[in-house]
Amino acid sequence: MDAPPTTTGTQPRGLQPETMAGASNESIELPMDQREVVFDCRELGVRYAGVRALRDVDLNIHRNTVTALIGPSGCGKSTFLRCLNRMNDLIPSAVVDGACLYHDEDLYGPQIDAIEVRKRIGMVFQKPNPFPKSIYDNVAFGPRVLGMKDGLDDRIEQALRRAALWDEVKDRLRQGALGLSGGQQQRLCIARALAVEPDVILMDEPCSALDPISTAAIEDLMTDLKSEYTVVIVTHNMQQAARVADMTAFFSVDQGETGTRCGVLIEVDSTEKIFTKPSNERTEAYVTGRFG
Amino acid sequence: MIGVLALCAVISILVTVGIVVALMVPSLEFFTEVSPAEFFTTAKWAPLFKPAAFGVLPLITGTLNTTFWACTICLPLGLGTAIYLSEYARPRARAVIKPVLEVLAGIPTVVLGYFALTFLTPLLRSLGWQVEIFNAFSAGIIIGVLLLPTVASLSEDAMKAVPSSLREGSFGLGANRFQVSTRVVVPAAISGIAASFVLAISRAIGETTIVLIAAGQLAHVSFMPGDSVETMTAFIAATGAGDVPVGSISYKTIFAVGLTLFVITLLLNIVAIRMVRRFREVYE
Repeated sequence: MDAPPTTTGTQPRGLQPETMAGASNESIELPMDQREVVFDCRELGVRYAGVRALRDVDLNIHRNTVTALIGPSGCGKSTFLRCLNRMNDLIPSAVVDGACLYHDEDLYGPQIDAIEVRKRIGMVFQKPNPFPKSIYDNVAFGPRVLGMKDGLDDRIEQALRRAALWDEVKDRLRQGALGLSGGQQQRLCIARALAVEPDVILMDEPCSALDPISTAAIEDLMTDLKSEYTVVIVTHNMQQAARVADMTAFFSVDQGETGTRCGVLIEVDSTEKIFTKPSNERTEAYVTGRFG
Repeated sequence: MIGVLALCAVISILVTVGIVVALMVPSLEFFTEVSPAEFFTTAKWAPLFKPAAFGVLPLITGTLNTTFWACTICLPLGLGTAIYLSEYARPRARAVIKPVLEVLAGIPTVVLGYFALTFLTPLLRSLGWQVEIFNAFSAGIIIGVLLLPTVASLSEDAMKAVPSSLREGSFGLGANRFQVSTRVVVPAAISGIAASFVLAISRAIGETTIVLIAAGQLAHVSFMPGDSVETMTAFIAATGAGDVPVGSISYKTIFAVGLTLFVITLLLNIVAIRMVRRFREVYE
């Protein structure tokens, strides 16, 4: 425990060198706020067609932690999540301002390729969205488009095992993915994201369309995944955040004087602190169910 | 009210049945005079001359010749346009391209026919390709232009119907826009795309005015693009507009060729539907 925080030394970090997932598991031994900073967001904001949806988010996300983003509808937590892998680029009217540093490199810098960003920062969506292809082809999609064709079978098996789905599907890899149950589909989507060996997994309300048993399976999975990955999850469900997250960020909505609504980050702290003794009264009102 | 609506449905059925019967009766009379073996296997077509010859193969190959060139234009360009409109185009580009395509689809075929004859054919000749004045290539290319908006519009509709969650899922894995389009959106929309292809091919086979004006009336078996050919539709239109006596054998050939055309198109549709059922990727 006396080792200083590592991996900020000689080797340049950022998008170019391959940050092998799980290569420095020692960081999980450190207290959360001393673990390596994966995302360092400074005054991050988003406008859609000129209307501000999110402003001034200052937030660090640390390696090998599960960070939950909670808050009422319209608070910008999904918008924020989509900044982290440049998914907002897909909306032509979206403009991101402020800085979002990923391993000290600005994700929105001029040399950064959004394709490369999304390869390193995987995403799982609210509704399971397997492709209408076989289970195998779903997991193989990412490796194939990225040209990782060596040892594809092994890569797929490994991804399915990590997503705790292998035993259920190993005998029917060539069957259609849409024949799986909702919970299996979502684990398939997680396996699909893991197959390209990302550094970070972003999850946008991954359990909102699932039954409680499937939800429990995915939550167990998140806890397992943090030993190798950094996980950021948006959730509506405060119990879920309390169960799975190490850190919790509470977002809320500020009402402007002209009636405009804009998402803001109210507070980020360890999950235990957010749910027991938050420092901001708005957080307290929300987590105790008296929403403010 | 239900009665009125049901009547509307019944009328369309009656019309279809009526057309089939109207085709069948003179065709059957034709085949009592000319054997189907001669009709479908011999390659000399001269129904209006003496001695008459009734081998339909030159008309079928003429149709295939023009249809082939139409397909080389309308299928790849139509699909490419659809991918561009559905996956790439910003609203400003769409605002230009969509109306232009609609105008293209609205040009009367007689205008396109003369465009092929008086613009495209001379252009090909000035480029040093000694095509005949009436040729399959010019007619086929212009049919392809005519059908391009059909393929583009129907394929685009099919691709637009693919849920955006699939696009997001593939972008989220690091795919680029071209990979998302070709590996996720097109496969998911393949049944609609194939339907647009089949419709285009059927209409290329059935297109009459352009081939009548620009492809010629020389019934011989030729797959050369620069040759003058007679298609099934051009024969029907030219002969029907001529002075053959009703009830004569020449008159009945019109119906026999029409029935052949009908059966070819029908078979094409059936085969296409089967293929689509087998290969499509069903989302939800």
